[in-house]
Amino acid sequence: MSQTTPPPTRKLGTGTRATRAIGVAAVVMLGWLLAFGLGFSPADRNQEEYVRILYVHVPTAWLAYLAFGVTALCSALYLFTKKHSLGFDRFAGASAEIGVVFMALTLVTGMLWGRPTWGHYWAWDARLTTTALLFVTYVGYLAVRGLGGSHHQRAKRSAVLGLLAVIEIPLVRWSVKWWRSLHQDASVGEPGSGVELDGLMLFSLFVGVIAFTLLYVWLLLHRSRALAMEDVLDDVGLDAAVAARRNETVGVAP
Amino acid sequence: MSRFQVARLVAVKDLRVERRSKVVTNQILPFAGATMVMFAFALDSKGVSGVDEDGQRWTTDVLALVAPGLVWLATLFSLLILVGRAFAVESEDGALDALRVAGVDPAAIFWGKSAALAVQLFLLELVLVVAAVLLYNVDVPLGGVALLGVTLVAATFGLAFVGTLYGGLAAGFTGRESLLPLLVLPVVAPVLIGATRAVESALGTGGVALAEGWPWVGLLAVFAIAFGVGGALAFGPLIEEAT
Amino acid sequence: MSEQPVIDLREAVAVLGGFPVLAGATLAVQLGEIVLLRGPNGAGKTSLLRLCAGLLPLARGSGQVLGLDLDGEIELIRPRVGLLGHRNGLYADLTVAENVRFWGTTVGASADEIDAAMDRLGVSGRLADVPVRRLSAGQKRRTALACLVARRAELWLLDEPHAGLDAAGRDELDGVLHQAVASGATVMLASHELERAGALAHRTVDIVNGTVVEDAA
Repeated sequence: MSQTTPPPTRKLGTGTRATRAIGVAAVVMLGWLLAFGLGFSPADRNQEEYVRILYVHVPTAWLAYLAFGVTALCSALYLFTKKHSLGFDRFAGASAEIGVVFMALTLVTGMLWGRPTWGHYWAWDARLTTTALLFVTYVGYLAVRGLGGSHHQRAKRSAVLGLLAVIEIPLVRWSVKWWRSLHQDASVGEPGSGVELDGLMLFSLFVGVIAFTLLYVWLLLHRSRALAMEDVLDDVGLDAAVAARRNETVGVAP
Repeated sequence: MSRFQVARLVAVKDLRVERRSKVVTNQILPFAGATMVMFAFALDSKGVSGVDEDGQRWTTDVLALVAPGLVWLATLFSLLILVGRAFAVESEDGALDALRVAGVDPAAIFWGKSAALAVQLFLLELVLVVAAVLLYNVDVPLGGVALLGVTLVAATFGLAFVGTLYGGLAAGFTGRESLLPLLVLPVVAPVLIGATRAVESALGTGGVALAEGWPWVGLLAVFAIAFGVGGALAFGPLIEEAT
Repeated sequence: MSEQPVIDLREAVAVLGGFPVLAGATLAVQLGEIVLLRGPNGAGKTSLLRLCAGLLPLARGSGQVLGLDLDGEIELIRPRVGLLGHRNGLYADLTVAENVRFWGTTVGASADEIDAAMDRLGVSGRLADVPVRRLSAGQKRRTALACLVARRAELWLLDEPHAGLDAAGRDELDGVLHQAVASGATVMLASHELERAGALAHRTVDIVNGTVVEDAA
């Protein structure tokens, strides 16, 4: 197992040609999303303008699940590959952070859509409830990431937790879905239910998915690089601390 | 020693400690009972009424209607305390460290502690069911006893496995015990949902049929198996203390 | 000796809460030695013992205990090492006998070996059925030592073992350590009892600022 993070290259930021290209593409797609979502696509027959919130709500939901899928995948790669590369751990952590943000967005946009459409901010429909539970689960995952310890300890702990979360997801989904199917009003309140999407609306949704996916990738690359730099900082700090300790006249441990 | 033997050793040790210290019987059970009373204060006990399929009018207490849910809520709160206690016993004199140095298979520690926790939890749930019968005016029909029993067992194992797993994680970090509820509650949500629905079927609460409860028991069983296996694998890495 | 050392640390760094408690310790301990760790408070004696027991991970440098790598084979090292730390690792509500039996059984010791360990440390007989909670500090220490004896470890790591023991207890401890070495174990102990421990040890090692400064016996 490598004990230190490799020292950084000379550049100081986390941007590269690749991220700049992705960033530009993301901005362009988001611009398209704004244009189509707010402008070109028609209002829904029944729900009028509020349907436009779906163009944000559906992509963020999709991205949140994608992000957690990446977290789980990277957790598995960290644990089960021989090298136990910390890079996987950083990807997992960064992806989880972004996923939590997207999940929060999903919940908020769901509430914003629900209020004018159905009259209530929250409905215990299967998807929203599952999302809310997973949101708390991953907040817990992030809390555990912050518990401290060596890089590999953090990585191992988080990876195990990340994989456990994968077990939880189907269990939560089934239980919530069965639960809500007991109530006849299961379909009421689910954002997107009762909405018929025609050609242009579907296209706007598609644009939204692409735009947010690009945004996710951009954020992931930057954030994981920033985490790598934090790790390097820790290691450099440790080197300095070791040198300082050796030169102390009287050693005092905390 | 085989893994099973070590697990049994750990479980017996935990139960013996409880038998001597009586913390569960003297502190946690009364807490659970007090919670059931608090629920009655907080929830309006004015009756609800309706008309069923045969055109008959029925009335029922709100408490009787939500009794299954309250039993499981009280169980969950008590679980957090039970888990905290189970690991406080280890941390008190550095025994968890000693267990790690002893090179005991972490999976064995996990199953042993889960088993002891399950026994205590099961007794607690029985007491809570009795409390519900007494305080909330609930009847247990004879036909529902089997379903009730199986539900209790399946749910208990799931809760015990999850509690032990995350309790071990939180125990390694002094001052981070508050992490335990945050980690445990979202994970046991399926148990809360499933166990409550199953008990509603068993008791016939709100007219729910008996047959509807068994699929939920299936879910509880899957949950318990998933965490029994996953927890055993995960326990080792999670109890390594941070340095 | 051309044999592999029981403990072989090279520039070992260990971290606790971000602080390097060991800042490049180099130490070799041969089979059958009794090594005394000496140093001021906070020098890193406890951390060194915990590192060798496999409780504190190695952050930098390399280390081998009993020929096994500290950076990857820790699970194999732990069962063969016995650590007596600052805390006793006992269950306060269980009796002395129940504690020693539990810890002995986890490593597969027989009932006879467990009884012998308790006899040796003077905690059999009347004391055996007393809950640990009701023992004095010295008696608890003896119980912890009995658990350690029952472990029959190859490497004994003791952190200030004489502290809290009465004169008879200290003599018995010395006897126990000699006996352990005679049956093939190696001992490393940290102590402020320099006279007694110095007489007991083959070699004294100084720990200062998380590093090792060797000193002849």
